[in-house]
Amino acid sequence: MRYAMAIDTRKCVGCSDCVIACQTENNVPLGYCRDWITETVDGSYPNVEIELRSERCNHCDNSPCVRCCPTGASHIVEGGVVLVEHGLCIGCGACIQSCPYDARYSHPEGWVDKCTFCNHRVTKGEKPACVSVCPTKCMYFGDLDDPDSEISNALKNRKHKVLAPEAGTKPHIFYLI
Amino acid sequence: MKEELFISGRDIPNTDPFLHIWHWQIPIYLYLGGLAAGILFFASLFTILGREKEMPTTVKWGPFLVPGALVLGLFMLFLDLKHQMYFWRLYMTVRFESPMSWGAWVLMFITPLSFVWVASYLRELIPSWNWKYKWLWTVEGWVIKNRMVMAWVIIFLAVILGIYTGILLSAFNARPLWNNSILGPLFLVSGMSTGVAAVMWMSKSHEERKILSRIDLLLILIELFFITHMIMGALAGSQVMIQAASLFLGGEFTVSFWVFVIVLGLLFPATLEILELFGYKIPVAIPAFLILLGGLVFRFIMVEAGQITRYLY
Ligand code: SF4
Ligand code: SF4
Repeated sequence: MRYAMAIDTRKCVGCSDCVIACQTENNVPLGYCRDWITETVDGSYPNVEIELRSERCNHCDNSPCVRCCPTGASHIVEGGVVLVEHGLCIGCGACIQSCPYDARYSHPEGWVDKCTFCNHRVTKGEKPACVSVCPTKCMYFGDLDDPDSEISNALKNRKHKVLAPEAGTKPHIFYLI
Repeated sequence: MKEELFISGRDIPNTDPFLHIWHWQIPIYLYLGGLAAGILFFASLFTILGREKEMPTTVKWGPFLVPGALVLGLFMLFLDLKHQMYFWRLYMTVRFESPMSWGAWVLMFITPLSFVWVASYLRELIPSWNWKYKWLWTVEGWVIKNRMVMAWVIIFLAVILGIYTGILLSAFNARPLWNNSILGPLFLVSGMSTGVAAVMWMSKSHEERKILSRIDLLLILIELFFITHMIMGALAGSQVMIQAASLFLGGEFTVSFWVFVIVLGLLFPATLEILELFGYKIPVAIPAFLILLGGLVFRFIMVEAGQITRYLY
């Protein structure tokens, strides 16, 4: 099993519903967020192209954050989901330095926090909070190993990319372009 | 084509707009680690070479700085941890893939060894010193008998410690300025040079100072060579590497880097040491102080600048 997410940059309108849903679902402290919206503007008027992306931890296959963690607090669970065990984390910040996407932050309580792919929902068969609330239905989540899953189909039919592939992290958030 | 990137709705403390998760404690930690590694390296080197008599400060007095430096360094690391009550977790496992982990373990071994090294010279250096318990006398005798073995162990650990202070940074692929293989050797040599400078400052023997000053000169030249190598390597690299190097070549760290690290921290003290070789009288405190200061500034700049470099996408 390999969980992944595909996000349609042509459908996303940048409403930030996914950000709010995540903050509510996961009790993210005020002023912090586990996912966020990025807007890339290409070209100059009148030939401008805008790309909107909802970004979060990429649950990388080759995850530097897991490798550099001195205590094993950052670890990978079933489905390739990268998680942080609060009771093991010493807050050294090594994993924050190691993430090319700046997807991690230091929680006010000391440990390091980031997107969990809503593991608590997914293991119950539900979708991550962000995916379930998106008003344009631009996010697809599922098992890459299952050829009939929503995500496999989304990737089959559309051209897609990942962020900073040159970082060698093998990210698992795909952007449909 | 112009590309602009906006991150909306995100203003996370210590992460936006630039990453700043490691504060002033980390450069001090790296500095003290390098300094201790440098002092221990030469103390054990001259012991192995059998030249303790000639280099009393290097072998016997200098190491007195080390236990304090290491304990203070570890305390600095502790200060910058955000989940401090869980500190002990660091010593519950060994993870070789994580420099933070094996570095912490090296410190765990070398710190007590440095205490033992210093203690074994206490009676020789302070004649009035007396061990209170009998077993301490036995231990001391045993340590002095095995000093050579200890020197070999320490020299090995000192090199690892010195390199570690650089690898801790260079292992992060996500921070292009740090991510080069020369940073480990560079920090090692820089640490050695600060160690030699400290001992040189302490030494009262003219002969010893002269030898140390020559070693230091050589170390400074190697350091300059490594720094050149690092910048050229970055300039020949990908876009993110070029941008990282440009922080020192016109970017916001240009002045601090060239003035404090290169000129005041390396070139000027090197010139003074060369003049000294030609017989000019120069108070040792000046080059020694500048080298020590330059090393500290260098670590501050590297830690600060590295954190703001990142991948572009
Ligand atoms: S995106 Fe960052 S935090 Fe997430 S797995 Fe990859 S490297 Fe780790
Ligand atoms: S901050 Fe926590 S999760 Fe991150 S590397 Fe350090 S111990 Fe591991």
